[in-house]
Amino acid sequence: MMAISADPLNLIICGVGGQGNILMSSLVASALTRKGYYVAIGETFGAAQRGGAVFSSVRISARHPYGPLIPEGRAHLILGLEPLETMRMLQKYGNPEVVCITNTQPVPPVGVLSKKDEYPDHDELKETIKKLTRVAWFVDATDIALKLGATIATNIVMVGALLAASQLPLERKDMESEMWNTFPRERMELNLKALDRGFNTIHSQN
Amino acid sequence: MPNIATHSPGSVVLLQGNEAIARGALEGGAQVCTAYPGTPSSEIIATLAPVAKDRGIHVEWSINEKVATEVAGAAAFAGLRSLSAMKNAGLNVAMDFLMHLNLSTLGDRGGGMVVVVCDDPQAHASGDEEDTRWTAQMANVPLLEPGNPQEAKDMTKWALDLSEELSCYCFLRGYTRLSHSRGPVKLGELPSPTRKANFDTSKGYSPYIAPPKHAALIEKMARLRERFESSPFNPYSGPEHPELLIICSGSGGFCSLDAVEALGLTKSVGILRLGTLWPFPQDLVRSYVARTGKVLVVEEVDPFLEVHVKEAIVSPSPVGSPEIYGKGSGHIGYYGEMTPDVVIKALSKILNLEYRARDRRYEDEVQKAARQTVIDRGMAWCPGCPHRASFFALRNAIRKDGRKALVTGDIGCYALDIFPYGTHQTNVLHCMGSGAGTACGFGELGQFDFKQPVVAICGDSTFFHASVPALINAVYNKSNMTLVILDNDVTAMTGFQPHPGTGRTATQEATTIVDAEALCRSLGCRVEIRDPFDTKATTAALVELMKDEEGVRVLILRRKCELLRMRQERKQLFKVWVTPEKCTGEKCGYCYQVLQCPGISWDKETGKARVQETLCVGCGFCADICPLKAIVKEEIA
Repeated sequence: MMAISADPLNLIICGVGGQGNILMSSLVASALTRKGYYVAIGETFGAAQRGGAVFSSVRISARHPYGPLIPEGRAHLILGLEPLETMRMLQKYGNPEVVCITNTQPVPPVGVLSKKDEYPDHDELKETIKKLTRVAWFVDATDIALKLGATIATNIVMVGALLAASQLPLERKDMESEMWNTFPRERMELNLKALDRGFNTIHSQN
Repeated sequence: MPNIATHSPGSVVLLQGNEAIARGALEGGAQVCTAYPGTPSSEIIATLAPVAKDRGIHVEWSINEKVATEVAGAAAFAGLRSLSAMKNAGLNVAMDFLMHLNLSTLGDRGGGMVVVVCDDPQAHASGDEEDTRWTAQMANVPLLEPGNPQEAKDMTKWALDLSEELSCYCFLRGYTRLSHSRGPVKLGELPSPTRKANFDTSKGYSPYIAPPKHAALIEKMARLRERFESSPFNPYSGPEHPELLIICSGSGGFCSLDAVEALGLTKSVGILRLGTLWPFPQDLVRSYVARTGKVLVVEEVDPFLEVHVKEAIVSPSPVGSPEIYGKGSGHIGYYGEMTPDVVIKALSKILNLEYRARDRRYEDEVQKAARQTVIDRGMAWCPGCPHRASFFALRNAIRKDGRKALVTGDIGCYALDIFPYGTHQTNVLHCMGSGAGTACGFGELGQFDFKQPVVAICGDSTFFHASVPALINAVYNKSNMTLVILDNDVTAMTGFQPHPGTGRTATQEATTIVDAEALCRSLGCRVEIRDPFDTKATTAALVELMKDEEGVRVLILRRKCELLRMRQERKQLFKVWVTPEKCTGEKCGYCYQVLQCPGISWDKETGKARVQETLCVGCGFCADICPLKAIVKEEIA
């Protein structure tokens, strides 16, 4: 078993209902379970199909099983599928040591669409996230996926970035074999490309 | 793809709490499994339905929770093992049957039955935070509460064994953080259930005459309590003589573990996590309380454990004089869900400890940044949702009518009407079927000078669940009301389950379509049917039906749930765009401020409306209602 930087290691995957954070957390957690770690996932999906803010907590331990809920201020790693949602998670679970990986593509809340609220300035939001984290990576995952021909691959680009950030006791081959177990074969060519692109995006930022 | 029945025995897989319960049902040999969908319980039946045929078991979406438990009860009487699952509110519907089934016993054919009820502390997806543990005490039947997915599976199987042995159904209580969490589960063997159903007609089972049967039940539970005192499902971890003892159950267990570790108290604080909650294992509790001077009871919502702990330590004789902390002492709240931080705060206060989740400077900085950036992400009907169009027409019809029509709502996606991005037409909203029921009541107030038109809203699944009796009452008692059935061909909110109007069963078999229209007509109601996207015709029908005071009127607004339609048809109906020259932007705002479909928005740069291409599903409704004809729709061939 690879050593983990903290035990339990607390990962948050956040985004907007419908973006697929439950599938992502299962993918990561199944790969970790297969490697022998105790993993717990907490899901929120009351608002899943209706555009609400959603997140999954993933807790990883080599010692014993933990519950699905992360204490406030105790996230080690945040994978944000949307920048405003990364910020929302920092407010509750952030700390000076946290590492964040964020998809830069904003999804405007219905209040912004109907002109009740204003979405924060994109650059300022990025700067704020940088200030509140030890390391912050930004990935144009939606754009990358679009260029690969399918927005559905966005999350796999993000998983690639997550692996490259080297905060989880997972190697790329672990994730690849988990993906072969999860997705239909005809989707794998695209998914492996997406994983690659996400992985390289972080490496090129290092 | 693997399913819940193909995972091999002995393997460790990551399962959701509800999936673990489903696996436990299979390992325990359940042959009949029933439910009405309700968050957070819906995945239990949704997991079992796809494997029903292979496993040779019967799995159904029942019309409501009462019928679901009756179907499961019949299976137990016929010698089979059964499971019925529901959410907290659903148990209220089922209680009438269950308060009699406890007395009748399950007969002597060797059947067993587990009732799974999933509570929702914090009301993430419920109208209330009802704590159903009391109902097990009220019915005086066994109550088990798992602390993780592994126990959820193991306890479901055990509950079936226990039920068969006692000839009494057992409650298994879940909660959102069990149902909707995932954890490693070591799987057991899957038996091939081969029992045949049969009823011995020389016997009869009923609660009559109650007092002797009640006495027998009380005696049975007293004997069971003695077994629960030494159950392995009541684990203790911590020092032999803790400075403070936490007594908890369910989510209280893992929240306490985190709190004790966060505060560095593993050597001084012990955790007794109870899994067998009723009959209450009082001697076990007494033996642990005797080893400490301080007790903290950790549980969400009601003080169920706390009341019984307090009773256990004074009766039959006092166990020392420990200080008892919990809800009564003000250290734990009476509402909301349990979190590690709730326990951390309680322990810090009792033991006089300093705890900070993060340093003050970071705290100030992050809160300041959040005030400037974090905005709400409100829930709204999906782009293309027929409910948005239905409420749009209702709003216009009520204005046109001008008599302050009153709207009573119901439970489904259309309940979003009362949320910030709804239309706020709904005035009264409670539980399944209450829309029709309360409308019926308002419609009977004519003799007291009540003159406002009354419109009840319900969905197609809700109509079958609990609205039909209310509608019959309205006809019988001459209520003056209109029932609007929003027929989207599915139970949408809980995850697209079929219902009696869809012609499909839980296992996707074709079945008789129960025709809501014909049913209402047979009751003597005037029935009209419209497409809610035909907004003129829908508004006109609503206005006319509100005026018509001859008997009960029903308007069926029929259009398939857009998410379901998209899944089935995989194509947009229209290409939609805004002609900027015609759009007056803020002067109008009819599409993005009144209709509030996420598919169309105000564009900061142009000051006009703009179609959000990633969200718009091309339903074209905004083009139909644009007063300036600035929004254009073009049929996609």
